[in-house]
Amino acid sequence: MVAQNATLRSKEEIKEKLSKPEVITGSEILLRSLVLEDVDCVFGYPGGAVLYIYDAMHGFSDFQHLLTRHEQGAIHAADGYARASGKVGVCIATSGPGATNLVTGIATAYMDSVPLVVITGNVATTLIGTDAFQEADITGITMPITKHSYLVRKAADLPRIIHEAFHIANTGRKGPVLIDIPKDVSAELAMFEPVTEVNIRGYNPTVQPNKLQVDKMIKAIQEAERPIVLAGGGVVYSGGHEELHEFIIKSGIPITTTLLGLGAFPSGEDLWLGMPGMHGTYTANTAIQTSDLLINIGARFDDRVTGKLAGFAPHAKIVHIDIDPAEIGKNVPTDIPIVGDVKTVLQIANKDVKYAAKADAWRAQLLASKLDKPFRYTDSEDELKPQWVIEMLYEESKGEAIVTTDVGQHQMWAAQFYKFNKPRSWVTSGGLGTMGFGFPSAIGAQMANPDRLVISINGDGGIQMCAQELAICAINNIPVKVVIINNQVLGMVRQWQELIYDNRYSHIDLSGSPDFVKLAEAYGVRGFRASNKEEARSAWAEAMNHPGPAVVEFVVRKHENVYPMVTQGSTIDQMLMGDAE
Amino acid sequence: MKRHTIAVLVNDQPGVLQRVSGLFGRRGFNIESITVGTSEEAGLSRMVIVTTGDDNTLEQVTKQLYKLIDVIKVVDLSANPMVARELALIKVSAEPAVRPEIMGVVETFRAAIVDIGTHTMMVQVVGDTEKIDAMVELMKPYGIRELSRTGVTAMTRGNAK
Repeated sequence: MVAQNATLRSKEEIKEKLSKPEVITGSEILLRSLVLEDVDCVFGYPGGAVLYIYDAMHGFSDFQHLLTRHEQGAIHAADGYARASGKVGVCIATSGPGATNLVTGIATAYMDSVPLVVITGNVATTLIGTDAFQEADITGITMPITKHSYLVRKAADLPRIIHEAFHIANTGRKGPVLIDIPKDVSAELAMFEPVTEVNIRGYNPTVQPNKLQVDKMIKAIQEAERPIVLAGGGVVYSGGHEELHEFIIKSGIPITTTLLGLGAFPSGEDLWLGMPGMHGTYTANTAIQTSDLLINIGARFDDRVTGKLAGFAPHAKIVHIDIDPAEIGKNVPTDIPIVGDVKTVLQIANKDVKYAAKADAWRAQLLASKLDKPFRYTDSEDELKPQWVIEMLYEESKGEAIVTTDVGQHQMWAAQFYKFNKPRSWVTSGGLGTMGFGFPSAIGAQMANPDRLVISINGDGGIQMCAQELAICAINNIPVKVVIINNQVLGMVRQWQELIYDNRYSHIDLSGSPDFVKLAEAYGVRGFRASNKEEARSAWAEAMNHPGPAVVEFVVRKHENVYPMVTQGSTIDQMLMGDAE
Repeated sequence: MKRHTIAVLVNDQPGVLQRVSGLFGRRGFNIESITVGTSEEAGLSRMVIVTTGDDNTLEQVTKQLYKLIDVIKVVDLSANPMVARELALIKVSAEPAVRPEIMGVVETFRAAIVDIGTHTMMVQVVGDTEKIDAMVELMKPYGIRELSRTGVTAMTRGNAK
C-alpha cells in the first residue's frame, strides 16, 4: 500500500514545490526556508510573539515539530540532535521569557561549538524598545554567547538571513546563531525566492592550512622522541576521525582524547591513552607532562585539560591545529600554529607523515603504563558502585549506544568507563557544564538516530532540572533509556567539599527527591529501580526489552569519589589517585 | 603594556558597536577611546579604538574581532607611522581680564576660540593626545567648566609600508 499523504512526499518533491517563487507571509517563508535547509525536526514552544509562526505550522508536516515542556528542554534537545547527527539543530521559542529560557542552552552550545539555529519571536517592530509585554532584547542578551545573531526587520530579508544563519552555524568553528523575528515581520507578506548562495564579506573561515606549517609538523614528528597527540571535539565536528586514525596509525604517535573528543579515535586501539585532565588517566596526564612534542588537534587547551597552565607540558614543542585562529596561543604558547579545518589538515599531513621512529621506547613505556594504571575503583558486593553500573551499561550495549550525560560525577564516570569507538556517540556538556542537559539532549540524539540505542546517564540532581521532558518521550514514544545514578547527593560538589573544604558538606543533600520510578510512571514512562548488581542487571534487561522510553534508577553508594583527580592549581601530573592505589 | 591604535572596518548595521565594545568588555580588553564614523565605502563604518596591552593581548584582540561576522578588517595602525588626531572642546572660565592671556595660549597651540560667553570661552583644540593633554593642563588654572574629547581617529601615512 502506498500512502499518498503529505508526510510521505519525497524530500525532492517537497523542495521543488516549496522553491517556487510566491508571495507568502514571513512565517511561511520561515517554514519553507527550514525545509529547504534540510531540517526534519524542530523543537519548540509556542507563545504570543510566535503565534503567526505556529499558525503557519498548523497542519504542516514537511518537518516534525516536537512540543517540549520547557524551552530549555527544546534547546538542549536541538543541541543533542546536532551533536549526534552533525546537522544543524533548530529550536523555536516565543519572545521574553521564552527567549530567555533558551539562554543556558545557547551558552552550552556556544562553549562546545555546536551548530544551532535558534529562532525567537519578538514583539512587533513598532513596540520594540517600549518594555512591551513579553519583550526582551534577546539579541543583546545573547550577543556574548552566539556566533552571530539577527534581528529581522522585514520579511523580505528572511530567506537570506535564514540561509546565512545555517551557513554560519555549521561552517568554520561551529556555533549557535539566533534569529529574532518580531511579530509583525512574521505576519508580513513578502516575495519568497529561495536563496542558495551566501556572500558574507566578513566571514571566510580558513579551511586550507598553510602547507609550510604542516611540513614543519611532519619534520617535528621525525625528530620527536616523546610525541603525543591531544585530540578534541574539532576532530568530530570536522568529520575527520578517519583521517585522524590514519594519521595515528601511520605516525605511531600515542593519542589522548579530551572529554569532547571521546569517540574521535577508537578506544580499543593500543595507542589510545584515554582522556586527559582533571579526571583523566594517569598515563595520558603523565605522558603530556613528559612529552617533547604535543600535537593538539581540534582541542582548545581548556583549563580542565591543562590544569595549572604554567606547568603544562613543560618540555613539549607545541603544535596546534584549529579552525579558529583565536584559539591558537590563547592559553598555551604555540610553536607551530596550523589554522585550518582538522579533516583537511590531516588529509594533507597524511600524504607525508612517517612513522615516528625515535619514539619506540616511549610507545612501549606508555603502553606498559596504560596496562598498569587503568581507571580503577574498589568494587563492592554490598553496595552498587556507580562505576560498575557504567561498565555494565557498556558491556550490555556492546559500546554501540549513543550516550548522553548530565554534569557531575556520573558524567566523569561515564567518560571513564564507557568506551567509545565511533564519533557522535557521546553527547555531553563539556565547556559550560550544564546540569539539566543530559536528558533532553538524549531526546534530540534519538530523533536524529531513530535506529540507535540512546542511553541518557544522569545524576539524581540534574535529572530534576529537566525531568518534565519525560512527557514528550511518552507521547511520541521516543525510546530513550534514561539512567539515573542516584547517590542522594550532589556528588561532585560533595567530593570537592570532602577533599578541599574539609568535609564541610554544605547544601548538597538531595534526600527528599521524588520516587523516580513513580515519577516516570506519572508521565506514562516505564520505571525501574535497582540497588544491587542482580537487580541492576535485570532492571536493565527489562528496560531494554521494553520498546519505548524507560527510566532506570540505580541506587548507588553515596560517598564514592571520581579518581584520579587533579585539584585546581595543580599541574596534571599531580593526581590524587584515591582508593585505586 | 603598550598603547595600540587599531582601525576596525565594520558593516554599518544596528548593534555593531555593541558587538565590538561588548567583546572588549567580556574578554577583559581595555578601551581607552573609541570613535566611529562612516568610511570611504558605502555601508561600512570605521571604528578607531585605542587600547593598551602587550603584543599577545593585541593578537587576541585582533583575532577575536575577526570572529565577529560584521567585522571586515582589522588594522593595527600603530604598527606603522600614522597620523592620530583628536579634537577637544574646553569651556573655560574667562572673565574679560584673563581673556588675552588665554587667547595667547590658544594661538601658540594653533587652537581656536569657537565661542565666547559672558563668563566663559570655548576652546577647540585638534591634535594628538599629548597635545590635547597639554592644552587641558594649561587651561586648568583658569577653571575648566566642561571638557569634551572626541577620542582618537587615525590613519597610516601615505608612504608607510
